[in-house]
Amino acid sequence: MKPAAFDFIRAGSVTEASRHLKDADGGARVVAGGQSLGPMLNLRLARPGLLIDITGIPELTEISATDDVVTIGACVSTANIEDGRLPGRGLEPLAAIAANIAYRAVRNRGTIGGSLCHADPAADWGTTLCALGAEYLISGTNGKRRLPADQFMIGAYENALAVDEVLEAISIPRLSLNGTWGYHKVCRKAGEFALAMGAILHDPDRNVFRAVIGAIQGRPIVVADAHELQRSDRTLDEDAVIRVLERHGITNTLVCRQQFAALSRAYVQAKIQ
Amino acid sequence: MVKYGIGASVPRKEDDRFLRGRGQYVGDFRLAGMREVAFVRSPVAHARLKHLHIPEQFRGAVFTAADLAGVKPIISAPPLKGFKHSAEPILATDKVRYVGEMVAMCVAATRAEAEDIAGTVTLDLDELPAVTDMLAACEPGSSLVHEDWGDNIFVEFSENGSVAEAARSAAIKVSKTIRTARHCMFPMEGRGVVAYRDTRLRNLTLITSTQFPNSVQTGLCECLGLTHGNIRVISPDVGGGFGYKGLLCREEVALGWLAMQMNYPVRWLEDCREHLAANANCREHHYHITGYATADGKLLGIECVGHVDAGAYSSYPVSSSVEAAQIANLLPGPYVFSGYRCRALAVATNKCPIIPYRGVARSGVCLAIEAVMDAIAHEARLEPHEVRLRNMVRPEQMPFDNILGKHFDSGDHPECLRRAVEAIGVQKIRERQKRPEVDGRKIGVGISFFVEQGAHGTSVLASWGRPIVPGYEQAQMKLTADGEVEIHVGTHSHGQGHETTYAQVAHEILGVDIDMIKVVQGDTLHTPYSTATWGSRSMVHGGGAVARASRIMAKRVGQIGAWLLQTDPDKVRVADGKVIFGDSSVTLREVARVWYLQPQNLPANVDAGGLDITAGYRAERDSGTFTYAAHAAVVAVDTATGLVEILDYVVVEDGGTLVNPMIVDGQICGGTAQGIGTCLYEAMPFDAQGQPLASTMIDYMLPGATEVPNIRVLHMQTPSPYTEFGIKGLGEGGAVGPPAAIVSAVNDALRPLDAEVFDLPLTPERILAAIEAAAHQQGTPR
Repeated sequence: MKPAAFDFIRAGSVTEASRHLKDADGGARVVAGGQSLGPMLNLRLARPGLLIDITGIPELTEISATDDVVTIGACVSTANIEDGRLPGRGLEPLAAIAANIAYRAVRNRGTIGGSLCHADPAADWGTTLCALGAEYLISGTNGKRRLPADQFMIGAYENALAVDEVLEAISIPRLSLNGTWGYHKVCRKAGEFALAMGAILHDPDRNVFRAVIGAIQGRPIVVADAHELQRSDRTLDEDAVIRVLERHGITNTLVCRQQFAALSRAYVQAKIQ
Repeated sequence: MVKYGIGASVPRKEDDRFLRGRGQYVGDFRLAGMREVAFVRSPVAHARLKHLHIPEQFRGAVFTAADLAGVKPIISAPPLKGFKHSAEPILATDKVRYVGEMVAMCVAATRAEAEDIAGTVTLDLDELPAVTDMLAACEPGSSLVHEDWGDNIFVEFSENGSVAEAARSAAIKVSKTIRTARHCMFPMEGRGVVAYRDTRLRNLTLITSTQFPNSVQTGLCECLGLTHGNIRVISPDVGGGFGYKGLLCREEVALGWLAMQMNYPVRWLEDCREHLAANANCREHHYHITGYATADGKLLGIECVGHVDAGAYSSYPVSSSVEAAQIANLLPGPYVFSGYRCRALAVATNKCPIIPYRGVARSGVCLAIEAVMDAIAHEARLEPHEVRLRNMVRPEQMPFDNILGKHFDSGDHPECLRRAVEAIGVQKIRERQKRPEVDGRKIGVGISFFVEQGAHGTSVLASWGRPIVPGYEQAQMKLTADGEVEIHVGTHSHGQGHETTYAQVAHEILGVDIDMIKVVQGDTLHTPYSTATWGSRSMVHGGGAVARASRIMAKRVGQIGAWLLQTDPDKVRVADGKVIFGDSSVTLREVARVWYLQPQNLPANVDAGGLDITAGYRAERDSGTFTYAAHAAVVAVDTATGLVEILDYVVVEDGGTLVNPMIVDGQICGGTAQGIGTCLYEAMPFDAQGQPLASTMIDYMLPGATEVPNIRVLHMQTPSPYTEFGIKGLGEGGAVGPPAAIVSAVNDALRPLDAEVFDLPLTPERILAAIEAAAHQQGTPR
């Protein structure tokens, strides 16, 4: 379990990183905390000829904020998010989600951007940032663009970046004062990847009521208007949730049971009734 | 009680280096010029190996079976009628029989480069149908792992009593089918071997993380054609074994051979991937068991067919027979009944060879018999513990010979179970179960009870067919010129704390300060020949030998000390590190200095053997010691997700005289954690082609600190009448009880839903499926 040989460059800027990515034309990988890529290198599941370390790029660990939105550099570690380094109110979900990702040692090095780019269907950020309505800021040799969270992950371990693009930052809208949220994952073992994930965001002041189902071996299911999952008494309708799952090809009754349990517990957490 | 002697919870001496990162494991040895080995391993479970392609530039760095001509395969054949021999080649010859089987050895300056070279070797394989299921493997027409066998059965054991009478008269008949999964043992430190030619001592030296230095030595002699005097095996600090390091591994033979060809040391360290892919090697059993009982829960008979998935080859020195032998021989457990019939088969499959993991077959056996007892309780409308109590040996019947002649040495089984029932609070749980839980989960309580036969002697292991049988155990004890005690033992502590507990035994008899008693182990050049540490045997046999040696030492120093104190040897006593006569005494240091430096002051008739003693020991009865324990668990089952949480866990354990109660608690907690893993988390699944599917620790789940509850351990101590100080062997028991107790608790929780599960591990999917199936049967909408 030793990696195959690779070259290593520490990029000084996003432009430089993009240039190396373009020149390598798929033969290079970006590395930040190494918590996802490291094991893949050791198992020789990934054999890039070139690793581009982006942790030395100052903009990528910057955090900026307005009244409505916080923008987190892609190389901000999960531990920093857990420790409450994001300024201002309305960001409570982020620290809580971060605190339950893997183990502290992993969170110390693992970055929010790295997790998103790795696109493991059972990873927490991929699902929860869809629920929070995040936007991703991407940079490549052809310039910059913004992508909504639910368009970033294409499939399991597959993201929407072009070969020369780097995820620069993640922009997350703050919850309004009356906004609530819930997140529940079904894990057999603390710190391990989830069997089922449900996330809810309820923010009537911004006209947002979103439900997301994750850990489905592909991109998460985003229900943009979660009212369609409610019964008239404002409880969560199991049949409606099952229908959504079935529309996305998930028909195994046991899996559906676990997914409904996760979503309904997130729903309860969000105190919608 | 002597302060640091038997019964004292002395902090472990070895922990000082372990906890400071100053242990010396095989991976810590850096030898000049050492080169690293990586193996090419079979990617398929069953195939003819037609050809290997080695790129020209690596030909000098890659070795195959053709190079190892003259090296004999590993053959571990118990002298049992009908046992079919397997010959395990060090590097595969014409066939590969399991994923991960070694095919070629690559050597380079670094492990990464050795892996690079291994990656360039390609194999021409003609795949054959893989034998992956131990039941299907017994069907006629199954693909054969060893073509010349005619079938896939290593050996079959049977107990041929009759259950006809029991079946005829029984008001209650219950049957269960139980399956346990293949595991990886996952000691924190994997295997590792360093091999080199020692030109000064003129031998082949191996430094290997093993529980069995002498068995490895003997095995290497057989495979490499050397003699014991020319092979030295050193086992340094070992970071966990649990049976995983209780064998001669192919890697040891391969590196031994390589070191003999080269003039540099070579090293192989197992990595996690090898452990998962090539070494999921324990615990896989299948039982179909039937119990017959009276209407009020009195057991009349047990009938069982058991299968062990024994893998492709018989491992050395334990062989593939032991686990099946134990099923037939140990299934009756602690219970008193008169009709017993059992067939147990060790089945060959295209998986790696099975070796005994802590508890060996007892873990599965306990699950099987306890499942029957629970089922009888349910039919008889009795509490599970009531049925146990009705079928146990009563204390006044001890010592007791069970239906198979197992001699239970001592104990009070009913009292042990009663204490566990009280401690877990069965009554309180029954009250709690009457009301729904706030979070909607279902609560269950379960128990298990078992006897742990340990420290078996010669006759037992010979009857089970172990090819290397333990005999007499030696301890070599020396008193230094400073009055320190040095003890060389053949057992090999790999977590048991023998450096401390053997010192406690010696301290009990001689009174020398614990810090002045050093235990030396793990070097065949310097320690007595022994089958070493397995089967909960070391404290009984190794500790017994230390006690014998200490008593002889006491006599020797007593004779010299009496002379110095101007009295007769029968008038002195040895205690507190001194020879004492009334108010006068001489220290053992003073006695030693006379022996070593001032022999002119010795008595004329002094024993010329002096202060250097080899003493041997065998327990008075060969049949092993019988510790016993009750495990009890309270669980919460989330019927929406299938997740299980252990809310409370109690062990009441009678391990005989406890040398170090703190170490015993550690053993029990560690074993229980592993038992929890067996029950709820751990499995290596194989697909139809024999591919092990849990390729990383994401898929192979080990219980961690958040999964293992606080384990409450309560003790009883009924000494054995047959051993030194009444000591019994108890290292494995912790791992034996949990699957039965937790299955019992989960099924108790699911009882209102009429669901039950006996397919381990109890994954969320299996629990949900059982609930679903039960609902379906009742036509209940969910």
